[in-house]
Amino acid sequence: MTDDAEAPEERVPTRYGCPLTQRFGQDVIYVDRQRYLDVLKATADDGYEMCLDVTAVDYLKHLERWLPDGVERHRFEVVVNLLDMKAGRRLRVNVAVPEDDPSLPTLFDLHPGTEAMEREVFDMFGISFDGHPDPSRILMPEDWDGHPLRKDYATGEIPVQFKAGNAR
Amino acid sequence: MTVHVGHVSQTSEGSQEMKPRSEIVASELLREIGAVLRLSETEAAALGDLPETPEEDQTMVINMGPQHPSTHGVLRLMLELRGEEVLRCKPVIGYLHTGMEKQAEQLSYLQGGTNVTRMDYASPLSNELVFSMAVEELLGISNDIPERAQWMRMLLVELNRMASHLLFLATNGMDLGAVGMMIYGWREREEVLRFFQKVTGLRMNHNFVRPGGVAADLPAGWRDDVLRLLESIPGRLDEYDLLMTGQPIWRERLQGVGVLTPTEAVALGATGPILRSTGVEWDLRRNMPYLHYDQVEFDVLVGQYGDSFDRYAIRLNEVRESMRIVRQIVELMPSGPYRVQNKKVTPPPRARIDESMEALIHHFKIFTEGFRVPEGEVYVGIEGPRGEIGCHIVSDGSAAPYRLHIRPPSFVNLQSLPHMLRGCLIADAVAVTSSIDPILGEVDR
Repeated sequence: MTDDAEAPEERVPTRYGCPLTQRFGQDVIYVDRQRYLDVLKATADDGYEMCLDVTAVDYLKHLERWLPDGVERHRFEVVVNLLDMKAGRRLRVNVAVPEDDPSLPTLFDLHPGTEAMEREVFDMFGISFDGHPDPSRILMPEDWDGHPLRKDYATGEIPVQFKAGNAR
Repeated sequence: MTVHVGHVSQTSEGSQEMKPRSEIVASELLREIGAVLRLSETEAAALGDLPETPEEDQTMVINMGPQHPSTHGVLRLMLELRGEEVLRCKPVIGYLHTGMEKQAEQLSYLQGGTNVTRMDYASPLSNELVFSMAVEELLGISNDIPERAQWMRMLLVELNRMASHLLFLATNGMDLGAVGMMIYGWREREEVLRFFQKVTGLRMNHNFVRPGGVAADLPAGWRDDVLRLLESIPGRLDEYDLLMTGQPIWRERLQGVGVLTPTEAVALGATGPILRSTGVEWDLRRNMPYLHYDQVEFDVLVGQYGDSFDRYAIRLNEVRESMRIVRQIVELMPSGPYRVQNKKVTPPPRARIDESMEALIHHFKIFTEGFRVPEGEVYVGIEGPRGEIGCHIVSDGSAAPYRLHIRPPSFVNLQSLPHMLRGCLIADAVAVTSSIDPILGEVDR
């Protein structure tokens, strides 16, 4: 574990060599795609034994979001929630995934419980996980077109009498 | 199948169905088994799960569900059988997918509760609670929530845990042939729901726990209602013990069936009674307390064998633990406001609107535009009846979440099914599926 907590204050705090933020009292590290697997392995060795959740966010309409300095800005962000049951602490790992090559290595060999979650992320966002044992869609029908939770995927609507379209 | 060349959304990534044994490659099969059981491929190969040549293939793939009554909804299990033995199993889900996470992006934070409460319809209040806690975290008001609201939330969530586990006991009994149990479980659950109806106005889908507190105060006489509930249920739980727990047939059907080891459970991300049945002492109420769980006394129940019987026994006794917590809450319930006194978040009382222009404006703003939530990203997890319910919200500063994700415990727990079913008989498949207690509403969302 490389915990640079004693680093000079003007530097961005890091953990596992990645920028660390603690907004809302929650530990979040921002990982490069290249180092994703290595960092996840380091966290697992460090006690974060359970991978609770893998999800993603499509920042298409919110690209100017706040990010710590030196973190790549991409359209997609995959969010991995880890839990250390012995120490009772959580860690969130955010990985930026570019739009032109939406793929990440799978965590299946490290945390087999991510199997269904990664399928869901693929299904909903079109981010593929290299090496996943079963990269099919999980919630949508297998011949579905498009990835519904992307921001450029329209919600669609059916006409409702006496109610103007809720334009928010 | 449609493949759009040159378009980002390539959707043909293969069939969701389980392939017959003769069509899969050895490495595919061994990888899946090996990763979960933490074995090398050589060790996994020694388990004798290698695919067979088409001529020798003596296996059969059958579908259980999506309309099978014991799959608790629209769960489809593809079972590969050799005789009566289950070799592989693949849950196929999505039949109830209605895009609730997409819909959540259209709904304001005040309306969001109506959406999340419909995900896990057997424990709606836990879902509302985790959503509200996440929104409060973003708003920075999580320390301002009045005491009474906190204790009311605990009361409701614990009663909801009882209702949910009673529902499990009912369906578990029904699945295993103790049909009388179905009626008893529903009867007791109905009594809890009747209390909910009195408090929230609805039996299910309450939208009662809201960002900033709860929607209304407890009705007059709530204490008597709760105490009456606490009086009637223990005797009935003892009846369940008589009807099921001690019965040799019941034990034969459940003991040693669908065994999961602690390592497998942690690797698969299983939480709640499934994790605890393997002997792992992990309960967010105890290990990472929220609300006021650090001020009440209760035991975290753990199993020893990780089988279906342990899961049954844990849930049965968690009803008793929840009653113990509820009894303490009734004692400790403070008086005071039940929602935060922040005009930007809490709608003004109806009577104030007639008197004050400002109250009218706040009321109008909250119910048309909704309140704005500062930019940020937050994940909150609580212990629901089925395991950790997590809520991940990203806010872009507007009045509706930019992205809302619920971590559904059933969805994750369902992954442990193939590993519990390995080597079981097909009749046990019903018992094991039932012991996971999946709620398909939250699996598919």
